[in-house]
Amino acid sequence: MRTAVVDWARELYEDLDFTAVHRWLADHPGAKAGGYLPVYVPREILHACGFLPVGIHGGGDRLEIIRGDAFYQSYICHLPRSVIELAQSGRLSMLSAVLFPSTCDVIRNLSGMWKLLYPDVYVRYIDVPQVSQPEAAVAFYETELRHLVDDLGAVSGHAPSDDDLRRSIALYNEMRGVVRELYRTRRERPWDLPTEELYLLLRAGEVVPAEEFIAQARRYLAAVDADRRRPRDNSRVVIGGAFCEQPPIGLIKSIERAGCYVVDDDFVLGTRFLTSDVPLADDPLHALAHAFVHTETRTSVLYERDPQRKRRLMQERVQAAGAEGVIFAAPSFCDPALLDQPMLRNGAEAAGLPCIAFKYSENSGQFQQFREQAGTFADSLKLWAGGPA
Amino acid sequence: MAPKEVLKDRSMLLQKEMLAKHFARLEKAPENHEPVVYTFVPGNLTELIRSFGALPVLPEINALQSGMRKLSGDYIAEAERAGHSEDVCAYVKCDIGMAKSGNISPAGTKLPKPDLLLLSYTGCYTFMKWFELLREEYDCPTVFFHVPYQGDGRLEPEHREYMIRQLREEVIPALERVTGRAYDEERLRENLARAARTEEDLSAVLQSAKHKPSPIDGYFGTVYYVGPIFSAFRGTEEGAEYYRTLREEVEARVAAGLGPIVPDGSLDEQRYRLVVEGPPSWTHFRDFWKMFTDEKAVVVASTYTKVGGTYDFGFRHDPSDPLGTMADYCSGCYTNLNLPSRVEMISRYIREYEADGFVINSIKSCNSFSAGQLMILREVEKRTGVPGAFIESDLVDPRYFSNANIKNRLESYFQMIESRRQGASAATHVAPIVAGAA
Repeated sequence: MRTAVVDWARELYEDLDFTAVHRWLADHPGAKAGGYLPVYVPREILHACGFLPVGIHGGGDRLEIIRGDAFYQSYICHLPRSVIELAQSGRLSMLSAVLFPSTCDVIRNLSGMWKLLYPDVYVRYIDVPQVSQPEAAVAFYETELRHLVDDLGAVSGHAPSDDDLRRSIALYNEMRGVVRELYRTRRERPWDLPTEELYLLLRAGEVVPAEEFIAQARRYLAAVDADRRRPRDNSRVVIGGAFCEQPPIGLIKSIERAGCYVVDDDFVLGTRFLTSDVPLADDPLHALAHAFVHTETRTSVLYERDPQRKRRLMQERVQAAGAEGVIFAAPSFCDPALLDQPMLRNGAEAAGLPCIAFKYSENSGQFQQFREQAGTFADSLKLWAGGPA
Repeated sequence: MAPKEVLKDRSMLLQKEMLAKHFARLEKAPENHEPVVYTFVPGNLTELIRSFGALPVLPEINALQSGMRKLSGDYIAEAERAGHSEDVCAYVKCDIGMAKSGNISPAGTKLPKPDLLLLSYTGCYTFMKWFELLREEYDCPTVFFHVPYQGDGRLEPEHREYMIRQLREEVIPALERVTGRAYDEERLRENLARAARTEEDLSAVLQSAKHKPSPIDGYFGTVYYVGPIFSAFRGTEEGAEYYRTLREEVEARVAAGLGPIVPDGSLDEQRYRLVVEGPPSWTHFRDFWKMFTDEKAVVVASTYTKVGGTYDFGFRHDPSDPLGTMADYCSGCYTNLNLPSRVEMISRYIREYEADGFVINSIKSCNSFSAGQLMILREVEKRTGVPGAFIESDLVDPRYFSNANIKNRLESYFQMIESRRQGASAATHVAPIVAGAA
């Protein structure tokens, strides 16, 4: 059972032709597909407007870049060039809308490029509130979401009612609940739930209907419960910095095989950006905006109002996950991750937490150096265990 | 042989004097109990800050001046030793390195610590992290002013209201707390009225480049012209006087058919009229400029000189609507415009200033400017039929300026314009686009 679910997920992850999306569109005449870039967009809104939400995470190490390099200088991160490669090769032509959240200047500017390259596609840059007053922040984001609902409804021909929106929110609450369950299980029994498998599941969930992901994830959790494995003497680590451009699966495997249990990470962070269920009784867009503003998620793409919280962040994550150390794994040229790293690392090291850092690209092909670094780190964590904090 | 006399306009001397006084005043600010506010150029709220009797400090201005004075390399190295990545904004690392090295301003004076970090978040993601980092250095109050990005190419009415609300409920109370003064709207209106007059003068200066020969260099020369309005002087008497003087000088040059003052004198004979997109490389500013003037190329308009406001497209601060006008101003800064708007602006410059070409100086460590510039290059060429050149350097990191590469590329580019011009001339017998006299 476990193998069947992982194979299902791997096939979806590896398929850069988005066959599942095309199949869904063929099965749902008149329906549309809407793409979104990392890190977070409210997928409920796409769903309620009749779209299949489709996560666009680039081509990883499985795509040769031919056209994409003509759009980006060598000192821009890799993700946008592989996204452009996918688009220019026609692989994203099934998308009627693409949403670009406020993640960084590169993704923001990509929204403008999309407007110029694909004038028939609905494109929206989704700004997020960065103010300290929660009421003003909620009001701003709610208005942004109302615009989005109106526009997407016009594109799809289905303007959702409040009840439609509530049904979609309920569905994605369920999806987030399952993801939380996956993360809880991995945190408690990382030997039973390898991060490689968890990651493939999350990525599969980016291209299939929420209902299908929920069913497969539950099947997987049941299989994990039925297939108990023996713990190893691995070191427990938190990985931070990989919230936008995703690492190649080989990198995740290398870290695990080097003797690390990953017990917290920020891969595909949008799947758990909202940390609690969105209430269904309220106005649905107000509820979504409120959930965003009051989320417990702390990420480099948002302004951190509390300097103490920033310094404590990695310590809090390590404690919550029962980890022993931190691996900062950031994509090359990633402003959010790399500008944040000195602050986060200083805070972690001031709290006595061992850290290492390396940079990767989504198409990194050589993992030996990562494996050696992670292996040495895992060994040193074991040697330091019980020492002064 | 007697050394060649360096030409200086009165406005140049005036600006030097203003900046020296400002830095001297900043150095004494703690003992004179004058509050200090650090903020950024795009979306700067100088009139408001000044209305509270506070003095602005602009970290980007300090960084670029450190670059021009060859100090930035050491500052960047200091920041990288402290764990900052080589991949990120060189302005940030220069500023952090300067703070860690005693916070001596480029003028040689000691910079005071901020009493308030006023983060006007206007079109550059890095600003947000920069102030989080500065907060770690200075441990002082911070207020965040969020300017929504013009993703759809316009300022939405609700975004304007959102900014006004922040000004009223967050920014002004924060300034009241750190300065101990109450908000004085009349004083703010006076500053805004002076700002509007200043903007009128600057706009006339910028648009003078439509003349042939252009009496100004719209990039290398204009980064000096925008210095006072971008830094601390918009809405002040000194600022107003500076721009009146500058305008008079430029109008006199127009009347006399003269070009701008450039490193080697006056550029009266102008062979190429160009538009430039992107910030300059400050560490090699003079060398870079000379690559243009040696070929008798004058820049007639540039986008970088609009990061602190797009006055040449008509924006003026409106004293009758003090908070609304500040929101309008911030939203319209070049950094806050989406890519299609940037393409349109460059295309307009090329058409309206009758440019022969455009140059994109792509900055390695500035994603806000650089991501998408290759698309801009193609799109502007498509819309205008004018050829573009693409060169790469960095803001203040001297490691990324390759003199020979840039010079070669520019020389090839000028040859290409020349051959196109000759081809067009042979085919249609049109006159050369640029002549040496008005």
